[in-house]
Amino acid sequence: MSRRIGVYICHCGTNIAGMVDVRAVAEYAAGLPGVALARDYKYMCSDPGQELIKQDIKEHQLDRVVVAACSPLLHEHTFRNATAQGGLNAYFAQMVNIREHNAWVHVEKKSATEKAKDLIRAAVYRVALHKPLEKKEVPINPDVLIVGGGIAGIHAALTLGNAGKKVYLVEREPTIGGHMAKFDKTFPTLDCAACILTPKMTAVKTHRNITMWTYSEVEKVDGFVGNYKVTVRRKPRYVIEDLCVGCSECIEACVYKEAKFPDEFNLELSKRKPVYLPFPQATPLVAVIDPENCIELKRGKCKKTCVEACGDRKAIDFKQEAEVKEINVGTIVLATGFKVFDAKRIPYYHYGKHPGVYTALEIERLVNASGPTGGDLVLRNGQKPKSVAIVHCVGSRDENTNKYCSRVCCMYSLKLAHLIKERTEADVYSFYIDMRTPGKGFEEFYNKVSSEGINLIRGKVADIYPETPGGTNGRLVVQAEDTLLNIMRKVPVDMVVLAVGLEAHPDANDVRRMFNISCSTEGWFLERHPKLAPVNTFTDGIFLAGCCQGPKDIPDTVAQAGAAAAEALALIDAGSIELEPNTAFVVEEECSGCKTCIPLCPYTAISRNEEKKIAVINEALCKGCGTCVAACPSGAIKQNLFEDEEIFEEIKGVLIHA
Amino acid sequence: MPDPATATVGGFEPRIVAFFCNWCTYTAADLAGVSRMKYAPNIRVIRLMCSGRLDPQFVMAAFAGGADGVLIGGCHPGDCHYVEGNYKALRRVRLLERMLGDLGIEKDRFRLEWISASEGDRVKAVVNEMVEKVRALGPLDMPGKHLEWDKEMEELEAHVNNAQQEVPAR
Repeated sequence: MSRRIGVYICHCGTNIAGMVDVRAVAEYAAGLPGVALARDYKYMCSDPGQELIKQDIKEHQLDRVVVAACSPLLHEHTFRNATAQGGLNAYFAQMVNIREHNAWVHVEKKSATEKAKDLIRAAVYRVALHKPLEKKEVPINPDVLIVGGGIAGIHAALTLGNAGKKVYLVEREPTIGGHMAKFDKTFPTLDCAACILTPKMTAVKTHRNITMWTYSEVEKVDGFVGNYKVTVRRKPRYVIEDLCVGCSECIEACVYKEAKFPDEFNLELSKRKPVYLPFPQATPLVAVIDPENCIELKRGKCKKTCVEACGDRKAIDFKQEAEVKEINVGTIVLATGFKVFDAKRIPYYHYGKHPGVYTALEIERLVNASGPTGGDLVLRNGQKPKSVAIVHCVGSRDENTNKYCSRVCCMYSLKLAHLIKERTEADVYSFYIDMRTPGKGFEEFYNKVSSEGINLIRGKVADIYPETPGGTNGRLVVQAEDTLLNIMRKVPVDMVVLAVGLEAHPDANDVRRMFNISCSTEGWFLERHPKLAPVNTFTDGIFLAGCCQGPKDIPDTVAQAGAAAAEALALIDAGSIELEPNTAFVVEEECSGCKTCIPLCPYTAISRNEEKKIAVINEALCKGCGTCVAACPSGAIKQNLFEDEEIFEEIKGVLIHA
Repeated sequence: MPDPATATVGGFEPRIVAFFCNWCTYTAADLAGVSRMKYAPNIRVIRLMCSGRLDPQFVMAAFAGGADGVLIGGCHPGDCHYVEGNYKALRRVRLLERMLGDLGIEKDRFRLEWISASEGDRVKAVVNEMVEKVRALGPLDMPGKHLEWDKEMEELEAHVNNAQQEVPAR
């Protein structure tokens, strides 16, 4: 059967045309078997470019379309749509990637042009065999799962909840709030973090559309866009959430009269009891019992004064066990946040060895009125520091740790410089590499803080060491080359604040695998497109919000959380989603019923029809990987869009030289 | 060593057919493009949804059709978009390797690599390295060998036929 194929070669401005001789390629393509016409055009994805395809289909009775342009991952849908609008089946179009895979990666015009010809020839051979296909439509479950209860998760949950969608918010810690709950003030406005966050936390707790599960983790995710089945494990807190009112009487009554266990929320700068509330505004305001340290849970031999204190409320339950919940949702927003860089990885900064060295997050707790010192910024010996050094870029912009800029450290360092100056009147020395303050009101904030008598020193800190041998006087010397004055500076200080960068969670890889998405090399979750799909992932129906995607400040995090919620809403309100038709099917008369394929399917989509003694593929479960197709010894299974014959033609096409 | 990305054309230029999975390695190759990394132009990528779709016959067809090398790219173990398609690819590749060896196809002509969506630099490195190695091996030219073998077979057949005619009937 002779075809009438239209071949279109996109210049993409000079992106392609600069490296590939598009005219020569078009002339070559015009001579390929079945090709009715071949054109090159400046921008195929533009309206006139698409119009060209539609017109040609009608005027020249084209029956197949090949577009050689950018990656199909970017514009395949565009050209399928144009083909469909021209009156053909959308799957009669085939894209050839001559930009990302050719023009952009090669330096020699002749070989790049030859490569483009080869790839186009393969597509022409292949497209001739394309069969008409229809997309499948599946309904979307309107419920949403949000993983992570920091400001990103909270904002996304409220947005979706307010839109009337049922939201499950799952948080690993006993309270929502995330890192933001630990901050004192926020840059550049210096408004109090708690004042703007806690009302939102309460709103989540009381929202009729939001189910909040703290101290819980997602264990398993099955299904696909619109129809995810998620298993959540709720860890036992040994306090019944519905009965506890957060009165703290159990904490007072605990047999441990003194708090003696490190308090995680305060970064171990203070102590807590085995029964505790993470912080005064914890949401839910429900006590937690730490099984590692509670005498009753460890040995079963406690006086249980806490139970006595709780009295009739009977909220304490030492027999509580983990609860496993199974939920069905249509979309998922991941907002799992970040961890701060472990400053111990840079030994010469003496963090964890010298008591005068702190991380910035620890200082956030120390300047916080609800922190371990009630907001008094004091050293571990209780004294106010007279001089403080702030070291920028700890674990950021560093070949040995993380190469990227953590984006927030310059600004939070300026904020801390301001707060430290305000609270202690100490001399503050801020050592920076470059001052990075791009953001609304950020540069103004920098100007304001730098006029407050803070010593800003441009130089990367090379060493921090005790002033006296053995550190007897408690003071430290911060050494850096002042690159503006071109002198070596050795500044003695009482306190060093390390502006630690942001890192992906150590278990980001496990999380990513569970949700079947990708990570960048640094461990941040990978967005579908850095510019045009910044909150989408490669898995449909799973969206990203906040620092799990990369370092960002609170305004950007909230904006992204809103965007993720909107993307989820767009899917949900469409009511259904179209799935690609590249599923596998069995050619009944060819199947010998050998069952080779059945155990290969990761989705158990293949079963055996005992009556006909053949394999049957459930199209709704098939996701189109093609593993069974490759394994079938009789060649009885075919994959739409990736049929053996189509791929053989493609192989032949790239290899046959004209 | 000359940079394979910029090496001048002339002499033997290997032709390498690559089968990349849609989700990891194909995306990584896109990333290499977006990052304007430069690599050798000898590779022709065919997109599959999953490396698990790799039918060993595709590899055979590529070699038979004149490829000097075949590269398979899939997601890292444990990262497969379809759970475990890459393990199935690995199984097939291991078996296929032995068979190719028996056919006299050198090891360096057939390669399986796990390249994740973020590893554009890996695409560049693997392609360049493979092109270098295959260039050193020289042309495989299976189509030419097939013609040669066909000719040998014909000669053998003719020889046998002649011999039969020479034997006098009893």
